[in-house]
Amino acid sequence: MSPSLTAPVQQFFSWFGSVSLFGLRAIRDAFRRPLETREILRQLYEIGWRSAPLVTVSGLAIGVVLSMHTRSTMERFGAEAMIPTALAIALFSETGPLLTALLVAGRVGAGIGAELGGMRVTEQIDALESLAVNSFKYLAVTRVIACIIALPILTTIMNSAGILGGFFAEKVISNISLQLYLNRAFSNIGFVDYIPPTAKTMVFGFLIGTVSSYLGYNTTGGSEGIGRASTRSVVFSSILLIVTNVLLVRSIFFFFPRGN
Amino acid sequence: MSDAHAIRLENVSKSFGNQQVLQEVSFAVDRGTACCVLGRSGTGKSVTLKLLIGLLKPDHGNIFVEDQEITHLTEVELAAARKRIGFLFQNAALFDSISVGENVAFPLRRHTTNSDQEVRERATEKLVAVGLQKDYEKMPADLSGGMRKRAGLARALALDPSILLVDEPSAGLDPITTAEIDNLLMQLKTTQGTSLVVVTHNMPSARRISDKLIVLDQGSIIAEGTVEELERSDNAVVTEFMKSSQGG
Repeated sequence: MSPSLTAPVQQFFSWFGSVSLFGLRAIRDAFRRPLETREILRQLYEIGWRSAPLVTVSGLAIGVVLSMHTRSTMERFGAEAMIPTALAIALFSETGPLLTALLVAGRVGAGIGAELGGMRVTEQIDALESLAVNSFKYLAVTRVIACIIALPILTTIMNSAGILGGFFAEKVISNISLQLYLNRAFSNIGFVDYIPPTAKTMVFGFLIGTVSSYLGYNTTGGSEGIGRASTRSVVFSSILLIVTNVLLVRSIFFFFPRGN
Repeated sequence: MSDAHAIRLENVSKSFGNQQVLQEVSFAVDRGTACCVLGRSGTGKSVTLKLLIGLLKPDHGNIFVEDQEITHLTEVELAAARKRIGFLFQNAALFDSISVGENVAFPLRRHTTNSDQEVRERATEKLVAVGLQKDYEKMPADLSGGMRKRAGLARALALDPSILLVDEPSAGLDPITTAEIDNLLMQLKTTQGTSLVVVTHNMPSARRISDKLIVLDQGSIIAEGTVEELERSDNAVVTEFMKSSQGG
């Protein structure tokens, strides 16, 4: 391989190694005192609660759109009664978890990258250290934990909003009752359709928290560096989410085989 | 003999990549005295301060804070040592997401078992001491440069440290505000016996505050002594600095 090609590859693996070590250190430090419970709760509010409106509105819209697409397909086979079930399976198993993670990567990833980057550039992280506070634990670990906790909750909100959006769309077209719609939606939903895909968003949360905290925490280069950290947080988190999702889906199929 | 030292550096060197910032620097600061570190920009003054509080590790050499060698301490031991040291950053480095008062209260909430009311009272006392008694609820972004610096000083003093490190206290400030900050620092030294290490390139300010001056140039100490001693120096850089004190 020519030197011009090896340099970016080396850079990538070096970066990937540093991010991995950062994430592993975050996991290790999460179990060490002080637990920073107050800061974790504050981050849960920032990351979780403040993302809820975005996730809810998106969920409603996605539910409506998915319902319309599902109807156009199901109608061809005269299987309109299966619309709620198909929508629920699509939402719970893939659409809800991945879209929630991508939305959070956009909102929270950029925020964490910019906030920590700003703190680095203005010496606030050094100030924390000078006040005898472990800045890594206080800033990075708390955000990673908050992301891990928030993602499954936000995914549940997204799924619920999606089901509701699907109901509104069906109500307009077929005047179906809420009870019948929910009965049909959940009639074929089992443990495997809901728990593993929702639990995998904890991995998504870990990735978003780790990548954006790493980029923000190690920002250099003034306001330009802050902008770069913010943008890269979104881009790298999103790419990692999509690639990791392939592996996670494969693992879910392996450990929880369906249709047997 | 070493008991008298608040801070002591022995043959400390520090480089970043190929750039040698400090070379074999040794000096000591007696307890309850003020030492000003002078030098042109980029001569390693701020790096020296960051080494003293363990934000940077030296490539080699030893750093003693009140006779405790800090370069080989664990994270926990270093945190304990830092509670004895206050640090006023050049731009104050106030946490911009919390109020001025909560900035000052922050170290108290972290490192004391005081009740919320006691913490607020103590933070208010510190703000009164720096003349910001009415600004507890203000956000850092609402303060002027001088006020930010005073708020930073109040936060650095929250845990009543025995050593205070100050990075460029007069940077970006008018002469009157600079004199106010200098007076606060001198008060600390005389009333509480706080040891001061002040990095500056403002000679009038250094003249007001210091018991001892150290002049750094290209990573090495080129002069050390009292103002009077340095006024007799024939080193060109030192002479330039001493000349700049005429106006102050």
